[in-house]
Amino acid sequence: MADTSRPDGYLVTEKLVKKFDETVAVDEVSLSIGKGEIFALLGSSGCGKSTLLRMLAGFETPTSGRILLGGVDVARLPPYERPVNMMFQSYALFPHLNIWENVAFGLKREGLPKAEIQQRVDEMLGLVQLTPYAKRKPHQLSGGQQQRVALARSLAKRPQLLLLDEPLGALDKKLREQTQFELVNIIEKVGVTCVMVTHDQEEAMTMANRIAIMSKGRVLQVGTPQEVYEYPANRFVADFIGNVNLLDGQLSVDEPDRCAVATALGEVQVGHSLSGAVGMAVAVAVRPEKISIGKQRPEGVRANLFTGRVKEIAYFGSYNTYIVVTPQGKTVKITEPNGSRHELLDITWEDDVFFWWDNTDAVVLRD
Amino acid sequence: MRALLEKHFGKFWLALVFAFLYLPLLFMIVFSFNSTRQDARFTGFSLRWYEALLNDTKIIDGFWLSLKVALTTGVLSAVLATFAAFVLVRYRRFLGRTIFSGMVNAPLVMPEVIIGLSLLLLFVGAQNVFGWPQRGMFTIILGHTLLGMAYGMVVIQSRLLEMDRRIEEAAMDLGARPHQVFFLVTLPNIFQAILAAFLLAFTLSFDDVVISEFLSGPGVTTLPQVIFGYARRGINPTIYAAATLLIATVTVVIVSYAVWVARSTRKREREMAAAARQELKALGA
Amino acid sequence: MAAFQLSLPGKRFVIGVPYLWLFVFFFLPFLILLYISFVDMGSDIHPFKPLWDGQAGVLRLKYENYLSIFRVTEGAPWFRTLYIDAYVRSIGYALATALLCLFIGYPFAYFIARSAPSVRPALLLMVMLPFWTSFLLRVYAWKGLLGDNGVINRFFMTVGLTSEPVQMLYTNVSMLVGMTYVYLPFMVLPLYANLVKMDFRLLEAAYDLGATPFKAFWLVTVPLSKAGIIAGFMLVFIPCVGEFVIPSLLGGPSNLMIGRVVWDEMFTANDWPKATALAVVMIALIVVPLALYYHYTGDRSEGGKP
Repeated sequence: MADTSRPDGYLVTEKLVKKFDETVAVDEVSLSIGKGEIFALLGSSGCGKSTLLRMLAGFETPTSGRILLGGVDVARLPPYERPVNMMFQSYALFPHLNIWENVAFGLKREGLPKAEIQQRVDEMLGLVQLTPYAKRKPHQLSGGQQQRVALARSLAKRPQLLLLDEPLGALDKKLREQTQFELVNIIEKVGVTCVMVTHDQEEAMTMANRIAIMSKGRVLQVGTPQEVYEYPANRFVADFIGNVNLLDGQLSVDEPDRCAVATALGEVQVGHSLSGAVGMAVAVAVRPEKISIGKQRPEGVRANLFTGRVKEIAYFGSYNTYIVVTPQGKTVKITEPNGSRHELLDITWEDDVFFWWDNTDAVVLRD
Repeated sequence: MRALLEKHFGKFWLALVFAFLYLPLLFMIVFSFNSTRQDARFTGFSLRWYEALLNDTKIIDGFWLSLKVALTTGVLSAVLATFAAFVLVRYRRFLGRTIFSGMVNAPLVMPEVIIGLSLLLLFVGAQNVFGWPQRGMFTIILGHTLLGMAYGMVVIQSRLLEMDRRIEEAAMDLGARPHQVFFLVTLPNIFQAILAAFLLAFTLSFDDVVISEFLSGPGVTTLPQVIFGYARRGINPTIYAAATLLIATVTVVIVSYAVWVARSTRKREREMAAAARQELKALGA
Repeated sequence: MAAFQLSLPGKRFVIGVPYLWLFVFFFLPFLILLYISFVDMGSDIHPFKPLWDGQAGVLRLKYENYLSIFRVTEGAPWFRTLYIDAYVRSIGYALATALLCLFIGYPFAYFIARSAPSVRPALLLMVMLPFWTSFLLRVYAWKGLLGDNGVINRFFMTVGLTSEPVQMLYTNVSMLVGMTYVYLPFMVLPLYANLVKMDFRLLEAAYDLGATPFKAFWLVTVPLSKAGIIAGFMLVFIPCVGEFVIPSLLGGPSNLMIGRVVWDEMFTANDWPKATALAVVMIALIVVPLALYYHYTGDRSEGGKP
């Protein structure tokens, strides 16, 4: 699917294809990324995101298609001729050079005068707060510090496009949270257009302005984190991001502002139209946190009210997860936050419960 | 119980084999100071053989020649080995790759007699056709380099495989053209291996007998050739004196190198640990 | 992962340089070797007579060079020629040396691989140190040690094992001692490299399943180190076949090896074609072991497979 949401795209790929012998790694990807945007390519391994990134960097030549950066097709330019810089997952710092020289490397290749190089490097080191470490060698720095050097090095040349390869992949969990925000701050401060690749949803959702979800070389959906989460375009995306309950059924009603689906549980009311044919096979996607659960029949709820028996409960500290099995044999996952200690719902295994959700809290998917 | 037995037997066997390995060396060192030519009896301490060594022009000349040959061989071998290692590690598919690999590795295993003989024929043939080269130092260097290149390549190849390729990509990403990547990034990172290859080729050349014998010309005699000549004629403790000096030099060089490597590795590990500790503290705070 | 390669002209240069060198100094000489082995020298001291007789339009190949290798000496059975003797003896010594090196070197490599990691570098250093001192000198030392008036004989007599010096020099004993001594590191190093990578927990698993140490060794350790054993074996066997220096210093006329025969034909008898024919046959003999060696060391540039 082509991303047409940004017709004024600064970085545009046009039907980009990459084949390795008979395997198609990237299958006609067309994206339009705006200037200064932080854009994430999200997917599990083998989905083609890394290949796509490498094509943007210049380490792979596309089989067909164009890559337009500021209007110029760079697809066939070698990496050293592109105004693109990459921050590698393993940082790839030069072990034989100290930090200052690492950051200055790219500037020296440009043949800039010494004074300017000095100024630029100092500026970069200041930006990542590593000025006192300028004379140290990479192995004398911690993982987090090395990453900052890698970032400084990739920004030193003021590239038109910054590429991040699994930026948080090599870090400890604790360090990751802190680094997430730091990274975004620096990138936004500099104002560079950024494409990042990750398999970690949280990373993508936290850091990116928009996300493209990829699978098997194709882009399945492009949107802001909220769009992608609340309005997944298809089953794969709905399932990939976060948790979801998918209820298969047939479209029974389709009106301009609402529709209904006949599922195993019964009729489900959904607060948007599908513009489809009545009777077609669809799925209703509703996220666990959107479902309410209780032992008493709730007042004033008329649609999307069902019953079931609690089979599993998991306590996660900040929220509970209930696995409820309906009389029709369907399994539904429901999460409830533990807002306050006194609010414990007093639900336990084998309890018969009611669960319900608002009709605007679900989405109908065709495929 | 089992482990204990293994440990004791192990130590015993190690000691035995080391004794076997070092017996000739110790023998030569001790008897280089022998006051007579006797091989079994130590008749008294004397430095006469060292004196004889310093006055033996054949040995001294041979030494200088071998030194020159070995230095040249070392450099040439290191360069060629770098090329060959680079080719084999980086270029997966090219015409005649298997043949190339076979040819580079063969001198490691082939009997030197065959290498010496075939090279001699080549040089004689060339001399017939081109009137050049004359057999002498030049041809010896070429022969030694063939061997040195094979050994050197093993060392450099393993280092190249170990090296993180990403730093080369990073260099290209930052604007370095391929030849710049090689000289500015790859070379510094494999430098130690190239040095090792040089030393290996140097040692092999300095020590070589067979190829030198096949390829040398009139008036060109390397140190091993001189010693070989003496050795065939009988026992000469001057050789023991030369051996002792060599053993002393090699021991000093190797041990100091090993100590230096050990120290810098420890230093490096300490620095990395300190950096990691710092990071943990920063997280906690 | 097709990384961005050097641009094409650069690539050709980089491959070309070593390739050209090898072609000129390795491949070409072998062709010449083969060529000369068919030359009819006659009374000409010049070995480079053309094989192609332009006038008569005939390819003159002197098969005699090869046939005479197999020609029988007077009154002896068909397989007893000087040359065949030398070949058989050479292979025999090489085989014996390789086996001795294996027998001595395997436990040696094993125990170094099993020793504490802090001690290992020092042990390896001690193995390598003799290697870095001249091999010629060390062989020379054995000449002194094994002589009739040498230290070892004196030791035997002092201790009372014998009353007269035992002839050790210029015998099979001195040959094997010398060759085993020189080639031991070539066996130990590949074995060590292989053993040190082995997961010794497999042995513990075997013990856990009831195997005795002896059985575990044969059923687990040895098979796993097969590649190292074969590589080491070949690394000793193949060059040993053509060994020249050690037989010259430590061997007598009854220990003649093919390396020495080639030398004599070349420089004493001045029969170059004969010498090259002998060399070609030697190569033919080691072709199979050579192939085995290549197979078991694998293409190391593929990233270190066993």
